[in-house]
Amino acid sequence: TKYSAVTFIPKSLFEQFRRVANIYFLVVACLSYTPIAPFRGATAVGPLVLVLLVTMVKEAIEDWRRKQQDIEVNNRKTKVFQDGAFRHTKWTKLRVGDVVKVEKDEFFPADLVLLSSSYDDAICYVETMNLDGETNLKLKQSLDVTSRLQDDDSFRGFGAVIRCEDPNANLYSFVGNIEIEEQQQQYPLSPQQLLLRDSKLRNTEYVYGVVVFTGHDTKVMQNATSAPSKRSKIEKKMDGAIYVLMSILVLISVIGSVVFGLATKHDLVDGRMKRWYLRPDNPDNIYDPNNPAVSAALHFFTAMILYGYFIPISLYVSIELVKLLQALFINSDIHMYHEESDTPAHARTSNLNEELGQVYTILTDKTGTLTCNSMEFIKCSIAGTAYGRGITEVEKAMAKRNGSPVISDFELGVEDFHQSEGRSAIKGFNFRDERVMDGNWVHQQHSGVIEMFFRLLAICHTCIPEVDEVTGKISYEAESPDEAAFVVAAHELGFTFYQRTQAGVYLHELDPSSGEQVDRFYKVLHVLEFSSARRRMSVIVKDEEGKTFIFSKGADSIMYERLSNSESTYSEATQKHINDYADAGLRTLVLAYRQLEEIEYAKFERKFTAAKNSVSADRDELIDEAADLIERDLILLGATAVEDKLQKGVPDCIDKLAKAGIKIWVLTGDKMETAINIGYACSLLRQGMKQITITLDTPDIIALEKGGDKGAINKASKVSVVQQINEGKKLINASGNESFALIIDGKSLTYALKDDTKAAFLDLAIACGSVICCRSSPKQKALVTRLVKTGTGKVTLAIGDGANDVGMIQEADIGVGISGAEGMQAVMASDVSIAQFRFLERLLLVHGHWCYSRISSMVCYFLYKNITFGVTLFLYESLSTFSGQTLYNDWSMSLYNVLFTSLPVIAMGVFDQDVSARFCLKYPMLYQEGPQNLLFRWSRLLGWMLHGVGSAVIIFFLTIASLKHQAFRKDGEVIDLSILGATAYTCVVWAVNMQMAITVNYFTLIQHICIWSGIFLWYVLSLYLATTTKINQTNSLTIFLTKLTIPLFLLPCRYLFLIIYGAITPSFSTTFFMVFSEALGGAPAYWVVTLLVAVAALIPYFTLAVVKTWFFPDYHNKIQWLQHAAKHADPEEELGVVLRQFSVRSTGVGVSARRDAKLVRTNSKVIHADSSSQSQATVELT
Amino acid sequence: MNSGDAAGSSSGGSGDAGAPRRASRKPKYSKFTQQELPACKPILTPKWVISVFLLVGVIFVPIGVASLLASNKVVEIVDRYDDACVPSNVTNKLAYIQNSTISKTCRRTLKVPKDMKQPIFVYYQLNNFYQNHRRYVKSRNDQQLRDASKANETTLCDPEKTRDGMAIVPCGLIAWSTFNDTYTFQHNTNNLSIDKTDISWKSDRDHKFGSDVFPKNFQKGPLIGGKTLNESIPLSEQEDLIVWMRTAALPTFRKLYGRIYVDLKENDTITVTLDNNYNTYSFDGKKSLVLSTSTWLGGKNDFLGLAYLTVGGLCFFLAFAFTLLYLIKPRKLGDNNYLSWNRNSAGH
Repeated sequence: TKYSAVTFIPKSLFEQFRRVANIYFLVVACLSYTPIAPFRGATAVGPLVLVLLVTMVKEAIEDWRRKQQDIEVNNRKTKVFQDGAFRHTKWTKLRVGDVVKVEKDEFFPADLVLLSSSYDDAICYVETMNLDGETNLKLKQSLDVTSRLQDDDSFRGFGAVIRCEDPNANLYSFVGNIEIEEQQQQYPLSPQQLLLRDSKLRNTEYVYGVVVFTGHDTKVMQNATSAPSKRSKIEKKMDGAIYVLMSILVLISVIGSVVFGLATKHDLVDGRMKRWYLRPDNPDNIYDPNNPAVSAALHFFTAMILYGYFIPISLYVSIELVKLLQALFINSDIHMYHEESDTPAHARTSNLNEELGQVYTILTDKTGTLTCNSMEFIKCSIAGTAYGRGITEVEKAMAKRNGSPVISDFELGVEDFHQSEGRSAIKGFNFRDERVMDGNWVHQQHSGVIEMFFRLLAICHTCIPEVDEVTGKISYEAESPDEAAFVVAAHELGFTFYQRTQAGVYLHELDPSSGEQVDRFYKVLHVLEFSSARRRMSVIVKDEEGKTFIFSKGADSIMYERLSNSESTYSEATQKHINDYADAGLRTLVLAYRQLEEIEYAKFERKFTAAKNSVSADRDELIDEAADLIERDLILLGATAVEDKLQKGVPDCIDKLAKAGIKIWVLTGDKMETAINIGYACSLLRQGMKQITITLDTPDIIALEKGGDKGAINKASKVSVVQQINEGKKLINASGNESFALIIDGKSLTYALKDDTKAAFLDLAIACGSVICCRSSPKQKALVTRLVKTGTGKVTLAIGDGANDVGMIQEADIGVGISGAEGMQAVMASDVSIAQFRFLERLLLVHGHWCYSRISSMVCYFLYKNITFGVTLFLYESLSTFSGQTLYNDWSMSLYNVLFTSLPVIAMGVFDQDVSARFCLKYPMLYQEGPQNLLFRWSRLLGWMLHGVGSAVIIFFLTIASLKHQAFRKDGEVIDLSILGATAYTCVVWAVNMQMAITVNYFTLIQHICIWSGIFLWYVLSLYLATTTKINQTNSLTIFLTKLTIPLFLLPCRYLFLIIYGAITPSFSTTFFMVFSEALGGAPAYWVVTLLVAVAALIPYFTLAVVKTWFFPDYHNKIQWLQHAAKHADPEEELGVVLRQFSVRSTGVGVSARRDAKLVRTNSKVIHADSSSQSQATVELT
Repeated sequence: MNSGDAAGSSSGGSGDAGAPRRASRKPKYSKFTQQELPACKPILTPKWVISVFLLVGVIFVPIGVASLLASNKVVEIVDRYDDACVPSNVTNKLAYIQNSTISKTCRRTLKVPKDMKQPIFVYYQLNNFYQNHRRYVKSRNDQQLRDASKANETTLCDPEKTRDGMAIVPCGLIAWSTFNDTYTFQHNTNNLSIDKTDISWKSDRDHKFGSDVFPKNFQKGPLIGGKTLNESIPLSEQEDLIVWMRTAALPTFRKLYGRIYVDLKENDTITVTLDNNYNTYSFDGKKSLVLSTSTWLGGKNDFLGLAYLTVGGLCFFLAFAFTLLYLIKPRKLGDNNYLSWNRNSAGH
């Protein structure tokens, strides 16, 4: 936790005073106990204490919640080996080197090295949901040497030394070794033996492990770096406005001090007193005619305190409160709740709400974000023959795009449906082909290859089967959904993988010769795991006949390099199929195998083991090298195609976002073809859009790569990329209104992101309607995000779902995590999490816009109300020779910000809606007010400030001119300071609250209560308090506070105050005693003046507002008109026209843009979709 | 979508089957949480705007007229006497006023311009007197004024705190400088009695100035500021002091001196015998004697009525102007040419 009971107060206070404004108020509070203060100390301290208290309570609650979690975690118990037996011990007491026993469904208390488990082969299954959110089980296995330690007693006398790396954040690596005392031999440790804290033991009775990292050293804690704290642009600008106010404050303080100094000096000239009633002959420091400079200097501080009302003390805390409530509204929006996964939206950091309304660029991940990351095995190509009749979403979208009805799909679909009704519910499998299903593949021409293909699917993976004991159904735990899809496919095709042990995998196979199901065992010798760098995985197995095979699968570009040169009969056909599949938006993998010679395997084994056992830093490289040795000269089997399904509503959402003028960049690790197809499917690309492709897959570069001269490659690549960027720019400049799409691959991106080229790249990218970066690594994603963020200076939003998106999510101004299938890491790093991409539409267009418009109105209003108040003080000063006398009573002044004007503005910040949600979505263009910052531009801020000055001038001069020196009551009493002050104060409060009533767009009952009830109560309470009389003066403060707090909690009161306060003992309220009940209440002049001033102060704003909305309306004004019109007539017809006029924008992206583009090209007949027509449209620059 | 399917690689089956399904995290629907509360959304439609202006005009003009009438009904006599009450042969007015040995009685004749109905309020008016100077306003001690037991409480009273080590009651600059000109009136040779009771606020008399607090050591210093107080009368009955201690807000101010309960006729003459004691000469302040009647709105001040008429008139004008504008140039609903970003992004 951040705080403990002892450190809470100092630490949280320190946090608070990191804000300049709070320091200012602290200094004011201190100074206000010195004689230079214009009012009593308590009145300056009170509001500050209140503001600090509110914030601290908020902090305390948040911290307390964290603490509860910590306590719960720390007090969990686990069994530790002590004095020859395992005893329950608290987690906090764990030390490195302890041997612990963890039982089924328990969390690991620390990072452990697995020694043994209840299984003979010392494997165990862990669930890492807390770490990465993946729900599948992972297999861990201990070293053989320790696997015998299977009962409690075996640990007596067991000793070993573990050497390992220092604590680090890398979850998927662990380097170390273990030396058993008896054997004096070192065994290498790998992540395979490491059990991470916060993961859970599953499907295993118990395990024994040694603690290697505890507490903050554990990998999960190392990973829990607090996300970089982000501040919104509005807040930064708000600080700017505060600085402006500060400078005004200093300026007028200087003016006041100078005038005061001069006036003081003239009071005593040559021993002659001028204002004798001030006793200039008997001066003190503050007023010293002999030494006016000192007095003026001291007065400067007085003035700084007095005009402190320019600085809205409660602004920060109000904004924080408002954002918190806004976040609650976001969390509870039922339209952003995803029924299937039971996930509502969750604003994790509330301080970025308004930033959601200003997004200029969205950078989105593809897999899991645009697509649902549920993979379906849909096609395959074996031995040069393509199987699978399923039609993908992308193909449909493409067909639709080309205008041809998909008749065959429809008919086939229906037929298929009937035929395969029985198993259509199988997740991850959408493969229909009678030629290979139901065992028919044995009759195919290359049945041997097909058999190998299916076997590979069933063996080459890291899935774990789970057999349901009752039904006998097998389900699979897989690291990625593709893998699961493969195993499921193998199962459906007759190669059922049903058991995995430490030694190998068990399969039910269809034996082609006998046609019967046989069980086979494959001994797994090695698994060469998948990594994003290798882009392939291999398994080396020994079958029952003793033959050793290597089975590999991987990306086509990688795998083709590794095929044996001799075997090429169907590699070309396969390559064509792969391209077709990619066109159809499918993920492809190439499958290949090879039978290994004993000698070759032995050689590899040695090298590989040596590499694995090394503890040096280049261990991973060594392993790669060894793997590289064996993964070559493979024999091609074929290719698989897995469909990555688009999420629901994605194209519509993208269309809306595009209409809202938001640029959408897709950053994906996928192949260019796949990315382009997804681009088509979700309307980011369309026919007739010129594609600028930047790639390094050009013959020259490839030729160079073969040469292997790295320097030359770099140079040539860079030249090529720069050239392509420049050509793209030229093309855009040359064309008129066409829209462009930029597609760039990861390799080119490396060069495009170099310091000297990135500006040009950014220029090009900005000029394009949509940008797709494919084959990009997580790092590149983050770099691109940073480039866009810093390059454009506009708000960027990154959305992603996986661990590979964490970089870009943290880098972007706002990170949105999809709380979907791939894991929790993105969500943990994000600022807002939603369940589906399509909710982004509502999040941005509705909540983002609302929060933006609310916060900006709120800040403007805050500036206005404080300036209004401050300027009246200043104006009054000018009539008292800047002596520092306040017009208002001191308590009423200090409560102005925290009590009398705070509630309506908070209500506005939380509830105001300039346009209803429905219309926000209907007119996405409205969103542009945010990115263009129309509602928080300097002119608007300054306008409000000026309005504040104007209001103050009107209020002040009307009040003093109306209530001059004449009697103000029938009984002849005249105005004194307290009465004038109370009247002016009433006028300010009226004017400021009436202004709120004009500003608010959306009057709910809550607003009514906040604004109007207060005005009513002010008068009611004045009378109530008149009855209170003498109270012991010493504890008048406490009495005052208790008196004030009771009504405070009951009612949002401002006016209560006048009366309560007026009636509290005279010693406390001093000049305010009974002012209202005795003097003001019965004076018609008071009421008449109030009415005049309140109305007069509002007329300028109102008139300007009318002129503005009538003749220079902002976009939201127009929509308000439409909304208004819609209520009265049935304007759908008319609205439709208006809608189009408003909405169509030339981003050239999205479904509507596509439709419009199609309307333009009426005469161009579009032919059936295939890859050739696409490449015609593509402008290949390479 | 697919997540509903049980088979396949979904892990859900194994873990959750036995465990009870946890409560749905679905947000509760209410109009409040969905931000769909019934609301009125005021828009500045022509009808609305014009009627608001008309309404304000309709309310304001009558109030303005009424205020103006009230102000005009007030009869007010203002007589500045600070210059006139210094004999013309005196060149150094300051020395004159500070010389306590000279009798400074002065006689003024006032003519009643119009009938004045009782009660007639007698004020003195000072000009360029900064009763609102912070040093001055601060210089008092409320506890001492209220409570006899706190007589020695003189904090904040600088520089009129103590005299020869003894606390001054009432202390402070304000009390010390209490106005001390006195007026007596004659109406056609008859003495006009001035009622000097109840000229202060009742709350001041009851709660702020103690009835058992008596002046002590007051005006005993070398420099005498203003009025001396009768030490046998409690502060709560020293109404001139109480009135004076309600500090004025502005440098020109009036304070109530007393009331005359006699009706005066037009062209009556009133003779005022006054003691011109108070020093306004050193700071070039003016002193005036004011006789005034009052109405429901108080004393004479045309400003309020004029302001009301101006604002009301302005609203009528605006209503008219907006009506005209609306008729001449009605709003075009579907015209989005104003939208700046359309112009900006026209390039591509």
